[in-house]
Amino acid sequence: MSNKKQHILEHPMDDLLRMDRIPHIWCPGCGLGSDVAAFADGLKRAEVDFDKVAVVSGIGCTGRVAGYIKLDSYHTTHGRAIPFATGLKLANRDLTVVVFSGDGDLFAIGGNHLIHAARRNLDINVICVNNFIYGMTGGQNAPTTPLGAYSSTAPFGNYEAPFNLVGITAAAGANYVARWTTVQARRLSQSIATAAKKKGFCFIEVVSPCATVFARKNKGGTGLDLMKEFRNRTVIDHKADPTQIPLTMDDEIVCGEFVNREDPTFWENVQNGIKDQVEKNADWEKIQSEKNKRLYKKTLKYEGSRDIG
Amino acid sequence: MIKKSKLRGEFFMQGDIACAEGAIAAGCRFFGGYPITPASEIAERMAYRLPLVDGAFIQYEDEIASMAGIIGASWAGAKPMTATSGPGISLMNENIGLGMMMETPCVVINVQRGSPSTGLPTSWGQADMMQARWGSHGDYGSISLSPNSPQEFFDLTIVAFNYAEKYRLPVFVVTDAVVGHMTEKVVIPPVEELDIIDRKYTNKKPADYRPYDPDDDLIPPFAKAGDGYRYHSTGLTHDERGYPVMSEECQRRCAKRLVDKIKKNADDIIITEEHDIEDADVVVVSYGISSRTVIPAMEKAKEKGVKVGFLRLVTVWPFPEKQIRELSKQIKGFVVVELNLGQVVLEVERCAAKHAETKLVGHPGGGMHKMDDIVNAILEVANEQ
Amino acid sequence: MKQWERPFGRSKPETVKGEVKIVEDRCKGCGFCVEYCPCDVLELSDKFNKKGYHPPYAEKLEECTACKLCEMICPDFAIFVIEKEEEID
Repeated sequence: MSNKKQHILEHPMDDLLRMDRIPHIWCPGCGLGSDVAAFADGLKRAEVDFDKVAVVSGIGCTGRVAGYIKLDSYHTTHGRAIPFATGLKLANRDLTVVVFSGDGDLFAIGGNHLIHAARRNLDINVICVNNFIYGMTGGQNAPTTPLGAYSSTAPFGNYEAPFNLVGITAAAGANYVARWTTVQARRLSQSIATAAKKKGFCFIEVVSPCATVFARKNKGGTGLDLMKEFRNRTVIDHKADPTQIPLTMDDEIVCGEFVNREDPTFWENVQNGIKDQVEKNADWEKIQSEKNKRLYKKTLKYEGSRDIG
Repeated sequence: MIKKSKLRGEFFMQGDIACAEGAIAAGCRFFGGYPITPASEIAERMAYRLPLVDGAFIQYEDEIASMAGIIGASWAGAKPMTATSGPGISLMNENIGLGMMMETPCVVINVQRGSPSTGLPTSWGQADMMQARWGSHGDYGSISLSPNSPQEFFDLTIVAFNYAEKYRLPVFVVTDAVVGHMTEKVVIPPVEELDIIDRKYTNKKPADYRPYDPDDDLIPPFAKAGDGYRYHSTGLTHDERGYPVMSEECQRRCAKRLVDKIKKNADDIIITEEHDIEDADVVVVSYGISSRTVIPAMEKAKEKGVKVGFLRLVTVWPFPEKQIRELSKQIKGFVVVELNLGQVVLEVERCAAKHAETKLVGHPGGGMHKMDDIVNAILEVANEQ
Repeated sequence: MKQWERPFGRSKPETVKGEVKIVEDRCKGCGFCVEYCPCDVLELSDKFNKKGYHPPYAEKLEECTACKLCEMICPDFAIFVIEKEEEID
């Protein structure tokens, strides 16, 4: 009997979660927990060494992910998860670095970092949970809030055109771009596994329900109602042009793996660039020493004639 | 991969390049930066040197990213550095706070220009001294070193790395465009003669390791990413496990240690240079490039019969309070020479209050103090009753 | 192959059976598992857990095929499935 009880407590994801911090702070009906479960499952599918995986988050609801995943995890400042992850990856190239953050964190305050990381094709994975709104601060407008949707700072409906996240990253040069909703948990997990093994900048957008603010502001019902709506609106089309599939209030949500290419990464390019130089500069130290000695002799004369006073 | 880690010998070298060489000598293997006059030469040199020593150089999209990036690199075990000028430091300040809170060893070089705002990009000043101490929001202890020659720029960059590694925080080297762009003799000693300190790594097993559990010296041992420790680190107020805890008690423990670890080790950190202060009536306090204008002024004042000494602050922060307090009891007054309109003078005033007078010889930057201004200030303080 | 063996009296091929385990006190009653269980095994119960939510229970446990979708879609890590060991006669 006692054996059975122990069994109940050991959830198969417990080894990847900080159980001393569960229950987490996310609301009932929020999709973030499901996304974390898909991430944990994806890592297991990819069969990577968990000790070599680092998770970096920014600020916000999704920013809290790092705190719940039992890996080397860093909870950084708002919007700066990607440059932080870049530093981690470049200083230890054996690591698999995953940035897990929200749409506001990655595309508003951190938008510049994201497009530049994609441009450099840095070998990091970015999982962007898109809930169309700023959840933690109380439902303010996000760069992804669809036109006409209501938020705390758009009381008359949003009048700013939103970003199409997959379009931006594909255009900026990412090696892998996918979009899923929380409902397609298995496909999402498969996508995360693919990204974990893939080189270069991998971007996965996860359309996720925010029950407490987005659904409430937009009369969307509960988290479950949003999930049902996502399911009804989802169309899976891997061949879709990522720049032509923005997310709106009512149109279909086109999901799939839109980009999957093998461009050389930042570090591969660095290695190619210095390959010749390393040989050419084998005796660089000596050359520099001699060159500088000559220069120095000249200036000694000059300095000698100067009145330092 | 070849490991030509350092040069050695005598060189005719620019300050910024000496700084980069100092960093390489100290073991710096990651540089993240963004071009800015007058600190660009450091990035240029690092871009050339780092790939050849198996390090990583990246020119980020801005200074915000540079600072976040070097913190990340430090957690992966590298000794990282960034270099910038005042406007860049203003952008970095949020993440400097993150570095302080996460207790991340890294070095930030500030080659000061004339300010505020874009100010005088190609000219110099020393008006970022208080920013170096209080730049990011909140309470934290901070270390700033101020070299006054290319040679010292080399030496102090190594010291900065040592302090960063030893005390686990971002350390500033606050110099100015004159030192950065000046070319002088720089002696690079052989590697064996350099004193290099590496951070204290934990020897605990992953199950027992708590990332913010300090030793007696108030510094927690480090564990880098990828070693299997699977710890959490956050910019939120955290407990010893690194988990966020929103309580007064935890805030007290967490924030107080950041201040205390520098305060308690201040005697180890502070470096000053003294000239003739034993029997002085007036002591000139200065640092960085302005300290080089003090020497001739001092000689001139001596010719006029004033007993004048000179205290040069090599570490400006933590401020040598004890030394100034003791001095203030023996002398008539201090003359503070700096290329701003009164920053470090406030600290001297605070420490010398009631005992000795303090006089500022300020300058808004973009030029140098006139020698007579300093001499007159010395005479004024000396002749006051 | 085993699949072809269909003795009399069996209408369905043999499938893997699952046993649903629910950590009731972690549940926040969002209903994701009930909605997305492909075999409609789960139902929300009337009882309250420690936090005041209605946790699910396996109403038709015999229908469970151990697909583990509930395990993956649960945002609170409160439900998981173990595959029932085959009973060997």
